[in-house]
Amino acid sequence: MKSNLIVAKFWNPDTMMEALADIHHKGVPVYDCYTPFPVHGIEAYMNIKRTRLTIASFIYGCLGLGAALFLMAGAYGQWLYFDWWGLDIINWPMDIGGKPALAWVDFVPIGFELTVLFAAHGMVLTFLVVAKYYPGKEAKLLDDRQTDNVFVVAIDGDKIKAEKEDELMSVLREHGAFEVSKTA
Amino acid sequence: MHVESSVRQKLITNINEYGQITDDISRPIEAAPNKTWLLWTTISAIVMTIGFALIGWTIWEGIGVWGLNTEVGWGFDITNFVFWVGIGHAGTLISAVLLLFRQTWRNSINRSAEAMTIFAVLCAAIFPGIHAGRTWDLIYFGPIPNTRGTLWDNFNSPLMWDVFAISTYLTVSLVFWYLGMIPDFATLRDRFKRQGKEMASKAYGVASFGWEGSARNWSRFEVISLILAGLCTPLVLSVHSIVSMDFATSVVPGWHTTIFPPYFVAGAIFSGFGMVQTLLVIMRKVYKLENYITIEHMENMAKIVLATGSIVGLAYSTEFFIAWYSGSFFERYVFINRAFGDYWWAYFAMFSCNVITPQLYWSQKIRQNMTITFILSIFVNIGMWFERFVIIVTSLHHDFVPARWANYTPTFVEAGIFIGTFGLFFTCFFLFSKFLPTVNMFEVKTLLHHPKKPAGIPQGVKDEVSHSHH
Repeated sequence: MKSNLIVAKFWNPDTMMEALADIHHKGVPVYDCYTPFPVHGIEAYMNIKRTRLTIASFIYGCLGLGAALFLMAGAYGQWLYFDWWGLDIINWPMDIGGKPALAWVDFVPIGFELTVLFAAHGMVLTFLVVAKYYPGKEAKLLDDRQTDNVFVVAIDGDKIKAEKEDELMSVLREHGAFEVSKTA
Repeated sequence: MHVESSVRQKLITNINEYGQITDDISRPIEAAPNKTWLLWTTISAIVMTIGFALIGWTIWEGIGVWGLNTEVGWGFDITNFVFWVGIGHAGTLISAVLLLFRQTWRNSINRSAEAMTIFAVLCAAIFPGIHAGRTWDLIYFGPIPNTRGTLWDNFNSPLMWDVFAISTYLTVSLVFWYLGMIPDFATLRDRFKRQGKEMASKAYGVASFGWEGSARNWSRFEVISLILAGLCTPLVLSVHSIVSMDFATSVVPGWHTTIFPPYFVAGAIFSGFGMVQTLLVIMRKVYKLENYITIEHMENMAKIVLATGSIVGLAYSTEFFIAWYSGSFFERYVFINRAFGDYWWAYFAMFSCNVITPQLYWSQKIRQNMTITFILSIFVNIGMWFERFVIIVTSLHHDFVPARWANYTPTFVEAGIFIGTFGLFFTCFFLFSKFLPTVNMFEVKTLLHHPKKPAGIPQGVKDEVSHSHH
């Protein structure tokens, strides 16, 4: 957690949003907000851009489809024997009930499943890496009720001129913050 | 911000404060386990243990301890497999499809329904592993190059597709479920810390991945939840479609049917919602969640059971019509034999439970009566198990060569394994209901009307403003 933050706490997301709208209008940059649940519309006041995790998910999905085709065509088996361009399905075709070995329509279900598998797991893992979440990580909290019923707005004190600080803190109080303080 | 019409029934009732939601949902986790819970969990665990012992016996002795014969090669094993996979479908429908359709009534029930999905798919996953016999030869199911002989997997087979479908379904559902619990774990972590319970706080802290509720991460969290829902929606449809193709791509009369995929998916959602009803009628009562899982929630689920039950009924009639209309001697024979042959009682159980029972939900009085809902949901569960039994056994026991005809009677080993999966399912569910938040706290909080309040009013203070609609 960054040092030197101006922290305002609210009981109510509506009042928090009003305060955010006002300080955003005044050009105050918001460091981050901490809320018990997602508050919609907050992104606009914090200049949060749309996440690129969706694009990542699409790329993982394509990789999954590729992996499925690679597996089903039997390229994998040939790779083990250093035949980089050979396909099991052509070199050693299996005759089961007279059906063609390389029947691409039959590859649709597994192609689809592995696309979903890679897209879902890849996206969630990327999220955990980007957001730096991992099992056992110590949570850095500004208020231990921010996961329960307190809505916290944090403003970077370094980006506020010293003489403007008191004014900002009183604006936050006027908007209904029940506690406004500064961290070390 | 959650805005809804003032004429609409509120999704959660008698709740005024965000803190109250945390209190209500955390209460069962904080309380010491009571005697009833211990009793039922122990019974379930014993049943589960017996089931696993019988699985061990099957692996030790071989498939011969089951009642299968050369004519009926699939019996209880695949019936149970399809039954449990089907049960799972309601959870994904609630968590994914209803999220895409912005049906916010799902917020109170998605956690428990998803838990049900995962436990049901775990039960299902047991059967493909043991039904083929010689479990140690499962290694040959892996991709082994044909350079060592024809060992390569047959990717043209729906049984192979099933392996990928079920494992994708299980792991993606698990990730979706766990991701949704991370913010709630953080809530519990901080709550136990305030109460001075260090051990509990540590345990939920590890599970919470250090979640702090930052707006940037909420923004990402919501997007990936939506994308996961978008991925899970076609996934859930594909899973039971592929399960149905295990049958539909064969040439066995009674299985070789093009309506199987939609028919199986509708049946899966029907049976899954039946199981959700069974569990939630009890859970909302025992954990006093009536304000969160309201009568309206139960009514909505009853309506889905009615709709999908009617689709299933239509599918039964279509099958019969097509068997007659096809002009195929074998098709006609199989369907007449199904309804009036040796297994007429199974068909009767299936038809009465699945077609007649849900039609009672046209009555609002019945939809709002929890005792009747509970009984009907049990009938739905029984009916849908019999549906799979009927499809599998009646199609197999009389095939093209009358000299080979044989009937199938399960042994106590098969019955015991089936009952054992219920033990596994309920053991998991009881543990879930005690140690994890059974209702998604942060999603329910988004449903609360939040009136403007002057500064400095702490939590827990009731105010009349929140009752009024805006």
